[in-house]
Amino acid sequence: MLKIEGVHTFYGQIEALKGVDLHIKQGEIVTLIGANGAGKSTLLMTVFGNPKCRQGRVVYEGQDITGVPAHEIVRLGIAQSPEGRRIFPRMTVYENLQMGALPTDGSTFEEDIREVFDLFPRLEERRNQRGGTLSGGEQQMLAIGRAMMSKPRLLLLDEPSLGLAPLVVRQIFDIIKKINEKGVTVFLVEQNAFHALKLAHRGYVMVNGVITMTGPGQELLANPEIRAAYLEGGH
Amino acid sequence: MAYFIQQLINGLTLGAIYGLIAIGYTMVYGIIGMINFAHGEIYMIGAFISVITFLVLQSVGMGFVPLVLVVMLIASMLFTSVYGWTIERIAYRPLRRAPRLAALISAIGMSIALQNYVQLTQGARVKALAPIISGGMTLFEQNGFEVRLSYLQIFIIILTMALMAGFSYLIDRTPLGRQQRACEQDRTMAALVGVNVDRTISTTFVMGAALAAVAGMMVTLYYGVVDFFIGFLAGVKAFTAAVLGGIGSLPGAMLGGLLIGLIEAFWSAYFTIEYKDVATFSILVLVLIFRPTGLLGKPEIEKV
Repeated sequence: MLKIEGVHTFYGQIEALKGVDLHIKQGEIVTLIGANGAGKSTLLMTVFGNPKCRQGRVVYEGQDITGVPAHEIVRLGIAQSPEGRRIFPRMTVYENLQMGALPTDGSTFEEDIREVFDLFPRLEERRNQRGGTLSGGEQQMLAIGRAMMSKPRLLLLDEPSLGLAPLVVRQIFDIIKKINEKGVTVFLVEQNAFHALKLAHRGYVMVNGVITMTGPGQELLANPEIRAAYLEGGH
Repeated sequence: MAYFIQQLINGLTLGAIYGLIAIGYTMVYGIIGMINFAHGEIYMIGAFISVITFLVLQSVGMGFVPLVLVVMLIASMLFTSVYGWTIERIAYRPLRRAPRLAALISAIGMSIALQNYVQLTQGARVKALAPIISGGMTLFEQNGFEVRLSYLQIFIIILTMALMAGFSYLIDRTPLGRQQRACEQDRTMAALVGVNVDRTISTTFVMGAALAAVAGMMVTLYYGVVDFFIGFLAGVKAFTAAVLGGIGSLPGAMLGGLLIGLIEAFWSAYFTIEYKDVATFSILVLVLIFRPTGLLGKPEIEKV
């Protein structure tokens, strides 16, 4: 479904991604784990062409989308819940969800928002509250809900567990699983390796802009190197 | 009392005009974080286009006042929008990723270029226009002082209120307004959900320019004279209004405009008319020192 081929991305002179190859198949949950600053978020943003990769290409369902502007990419069926959630702070929950529905023709808006409210009942309670006043967990729910409003076939999630209480993290991961069961392919970037690998069909490990390891989630979870580096450090 | 009310009416009229210009500053600042110093010139061009339209209509013998006004309004909004769009396209968009100072210098350059362009093509002399809407009514009389409300003042205040109401609706309730607010709050995220950011910014310039054109036309009708330099002072005052109201806030721009108009009217009436601009700019200084976020621009406390 999504193929990332030999991607090199730079921030100014700094090479953040040094030739990344990765693929995601329809219906999978694929996770990318790695430490802070490994280049995980950069990879997600590179899919949206912001920043654009200097070398390599991004192929989505057979189409090269490397040079496609960000606002067109979401119309192809890829949605992102980005790093830091990026809720529109001075818009209500409802308006944030309306923004998410922008790429659709609006004909199924009522059903779509119903579906999001069923996934996240909390959002319905807070529908008229401003995004900036929500708690971290609620903001994360809104970020995912907003992404779902565009009816994506591929959902990119950037650290949905960051800064959340363990109970909320569990909740969010359960919902990611539900979303996947509805037929949405999920690409999950996480520092919380334990939860992510448990949930994912396959995983990739990124270190300093390079993929160092890949395999089924359970296999990576059992790998002693990964255990030492990402799991036994208190995550 | 009568004198006070007369000044109130005059001040509101003037304030309405400043408010319309201030909206353009505040919206552009909101969306790209830059003061569009060429905005005053846009207003000046709007004034010129309405004069030219009027003269054209007169030369073809059209004398029906409401129709003349409508055609003037549409023509000035239309042409001025094209200017607004073009300025953004050639002077600001190429600098979108450049440091802010570069865009600011570009804006000042654009302002000077437009002034000189109008001076060259239209001449440096003041253009006068015969009153189109004349007459008015006496509200009441006190100690021999008549409080007058002219039809032109009614026209200006009603048109401004209608525009501001329509505009607030557009920003608060329509998908287009939502996209503009999204770009204002987080441009990167707006693109990720599918907003064409460049196009939205262009639309914002076009809207600001159209409102400035209305202000330009009103001033032409109100004072009956225009020249190539009117954009500077009106621009700086409207900018002051936008800062006073809280730059980036739409209701703030409207409120700021009204306040600046009233302050100017009352200062001229009770103190010295020569120093009315000093009064206005002292307010700019005071606001910047004591309340840089303006009256309505209080930033919301956001949780992270």
